[in-house]
Amino acid sequence: MKTIKYLGLVIFLVGLGIFAATPFLGNFKLDQKTFNETISSQGVKSELLIKDLESKLVGKDFSSSTFLAPVLDDAIDKANATHIKNKEWGKKTYASGDNMAAAIRKASSYGFIPENKGTMWFLTFGLGIIGALMFILPNVVLLGKKGIKNDGIYLQSATNRGIIAWLVFFFLVSFYIILYFYSEYAVNWTFLVDPISEALSGNPAGHWFVYGFMYCVVMTVMAVRMYIKYRHNMYQIFRTTSVLFFQIVFAFLIPEIMVRLQMPYYDFKNAFPLDYDFFFQWNLKDLIANGGIGIFILVWGIALTLVIVPIMVYFFGKRWYCSWVCGCGGLAETLGDPYRQHSSKSLFSWKVERWLIHAVLVFAVGMTLMTLYSFFAESSTVLGIKTQTVQNIYSLLIGAIFAGVIGTGFYPIFGNRVWCRFGCPLAAYLGFVQRFKSRFRITTNGGQCISCGNCSTYCEQGIDVRAYAQKGENIVRSSCVGCGVCSAVCPRGVLKLENGPEEGRINPTEVLLGNDVDLMELVNKK
Amino acid sequence: MEHIVIIGNGIAGVTAARHIRKLSDKKITIISAESEYFFSRTALMYVYMGHMKFEHTQPYENWFWKKNRIELVNGYVNNVDHANKKVDLENSSISYDKLIIATGSKPNKFGWPGQDLKGVQGLYSKQDLEQLQQNAPDNKTCKRAVIVGGGLIGIEMAEMLRSRKIPVTFLVRETSFWNGVLPKGESELINEHILDHHIDLRLNTNLVEIIADENGRAKAITTDKGETIACTVVGLTAGVSPNVDFLKDSGIELGRGVKVNRFLETNIKDIYAIGDCAEQHQGIGNRRPIEAVWYTGRMMGETLAQTICGNRIEYKPGHWFNSAKFLDIEYQTYGWVFSERNKQEYEAHFHWRHATENICITIAYHKDTKEFLGINTFGIRMRHEVFNKWLSNKKGLEYVLQHLKDANFDPEFYKQYETEIIARYNAEFSTNLSAKKKSLKRIFNIA
Repeated sequence: MKTIKYLGLVIFLVGLGIFAATPFLGNFKLDQKTFNETISSQGVKSELLIKDLESKLVGKDFSSSTFLAPVLDDAIDKANATHIKNKEWGKKTYASGDNMAAAIRKASSYGFIPENKGTMWFLTFGLGIIGALMFILPNVVLLGKKGIKNDGIYLQSATNRGIIAWLVFFFLVSFYIILYFYSEYAVNWTFLVDPISEALSGNPAGHWFVYGFMYCVVMTVMAVRMYIKYRHNMYQIFRTTSVLFFQIVFAFLIPEIMVRLQMPYYDFKNAFPLDYDFFFQWNLKDLIANGGIGIFILVWGIALTLVIVPIMVYFFGKRWYCSWVCGCGGLAETLGDPYRQHSSKSLFSWKVERWLIHAVLVFAVGMTLMTLYSFFAESSTVLGIKTQTVQNIYSLLIGAIFAGVIGTGFYPIFGNRVWCRFGCPLAAYLGFVQRFKSRFRITTNGGQCISCGNCSTYCEQGIDVRAYAQKGENIVRSSCVGCGVCSAVCPRGVLKLENGPEEGRINPTEVLLGNDVDLMELVNKK
Repeated sequence: MEHIVIIGNGIAGVTAARHIRKLSDKKITIISAESEYFFSRTALMYVYMGHMKFEHTQPYENWFWKKNRIELVNGYVNNVDHANKKVDLENSSISYDKLIIATGSKPNKFGWPGQDLKGVQGLYSKQDLEQLQQNAPDNKTCKRAVIVGGGLIGIEMAEMLRSRKIPVTFLVRETSFWNGVLPKGESELINEHILDHHIDLRLNTNLVEIIADENGRAKAITTDKGETIACTVVGLTAGVSPNVDFLKDSGIELGRGVKVNRFLETNIKDIYAIGDCAEQHQGIGNRRPIEAVWYTGRMMGETLAQTICGNRIEYKPGHWFNSAKFLDIEYQTYGWVFSERNKQEYEAHFHWRHATENICITIAYHKDTKEFLGINTFGIRMRHEVFNKWLSNKKGLEYVLQHLKDANFDPEFYKQYETEIIARYNAEFSTNLSAKKKSLKRIFNIA
């Protein structure tokens, strides 16, 4: 069994190694015809720019090591400067160098990778999946009897912020940086999943398709790990199945199929303000232009945020979204599960959390109000501030750096819910509902708590669960995503996630059940 | 300002300190030789097993003590001088106005030959944990461990060592694990579970001697069955007793522990004792005079804080309850279920065990009146509040069975067994009961 496990690890690392090397391999040569097509698909109207680029790119063989985006950015800036000077507004180029570079590379690649997509897929994704499963499946036997198996978590490098954890951190952060900021390097990855993308939407894959596909693969493989680790715990099994289903069907398949059916790309479960660009001008225009289905999406999106989400939170707590449906939550609960113990439980972190997450919510709502004002008033500025600039800042800081690079990249160091805890504006909004108007709570079982601290240690949201449990007090916290792990790891059966009457849900106590009735009455003033 | 000095920073002493602070502005000092800050003793096992780091066992952050003006003194109290109202440490002494003794327990040693050899240890204190990490870091250093004493700490220690794949032999004096406390069916379930975990369980076996090697380290033990078992570590887990030796000549009345009345007062004015080290003159209800249980320490602290702050109040614990975990099996108990050995003559049991899973319950009831007396559950979590209410209202056995769904505290989506349990009862007692649907109204006391 152990041999299979370690063989699996080797196979996985080989697959991962090839995947990591792929961006730096491959050949690209741009001929005139491809150049013309790519340039026109990017909406470039400046002859100046086209001529400049033609001389720089056509007929040249550029290996992956040369970096195209800065060359393009340079050329675009130069051409735009001339056009601005000449007041030729129609000739200005709005495409970014990064996107154009990715498009050029996608169109001009030749050689082994684009010609052997299936083989390459197998050598990367295939080996990764096989290796990971070989590593995970033997745990059915190796973990022994069913029950909580956290042995050695703080004795191993990977889960105790050791060198392996830092390597994973480095890998994840690099991956997100390429994905968000250097997409031309992701082009080689897109070839691996082209056949899948073409089968679904009919289009070749872009780097976001790579990400979406990979997201589903990683979640599926790590869900297998969850099923084995928590095989005694039906709550975990149902919940894992649910997040997996919503990721694969709602976040991945349906939007791709909608594109094939000439409908807008839309993830029906992604609620504003997590889906922060829902009200952006281009999206609203796109939806309205799409007629019936577009209007339906518009109404659905608004109803989801204003009606469906809060009502569901009232009945079930925010867990129905954050740990049963949401994609970010889904990755955190599968890939992130081995790192859940790293979220800080200090009071200081809680203070930071409250400031930060509510600031992001204010930012998101403020930006959206500006956007809507701009949309209806047809003005590009609000009080002299450019709406576009605010949107760009949000997209960069919150959408890319916070949610992506930090949110997932920092799993091995700061735990698996950094984004959900400190950044997600939707979580902040649901948190208000959960804290002030909900039937959800984690019930503390009378006087049974022995203050061992398993619950706090494994709370991914950094809630000091024990602080409540040892006082006999129910846990009602806006940040709780209801993952149920505190209850799972409790050795004394103290915690239960449940929905019940609002009355008595928050029950601060001084003296716990089990002590003298008179003393309890005196002190708890019930 | 009145100065309250507390010896011992365990759950009893710390709870007392916290509540005194809530109720008053008195000066509070806690003295401990074991650790700088309060930690949860019950979690030591998880540190060894790698579930947690030691810092996670500390329920309060380090700034908590200063913020709440609870002074922490690191030191060992050698003597209590009640005539001068002071306690003597190694190099200093501290005066008190009121003194609380909360020094807890120490592992029992019964004079076995070799019990003080290297590699022989108990599992109670932070130092014991550190010692075990040295004695048994892995299965290369520790080829085999022998654990002596089949109680809760014994099985925890076995689980700990197994988590590092160390072979364990477990000597249990009784004919079945913990059968002084557990009824037969449950005790058997645990026996089987211990064996399932590849622990070499030796029932009805006593330690005779621990044999030393040339360096004064334990190298083997012999049993009363005439067997010699080679081992590197010997765990002595044959219960605990109050840690009160330092009080021998203090004039404070001692039995096995510090004798206290129902107000937790000792024979000497302004000196109190709480937690594991306190001994009631007479057990309260069915409880023992000394209760080395986490929550009783906490409750005594809660109670004594009232007395110290001017509201003199008797220590009156409510209905008995407790819980434990035997390897993978959670155990809870509410009310009194006695083992065959200690059963009252009016006490009868109804027992149900799942055909394949490690799940069972035992309900104790009064033979004649059918009053519900208590329940033990294994592998099913129960709601404390509901059982507390049923015990206070003296509900009958059949009522409890019919409403068992109300008491279920397992996580959502777990398989429930109330119907099977009642079917078994109906078959045994020729009744025709059925399980009532779970009612939030009943559970949460909504009229």
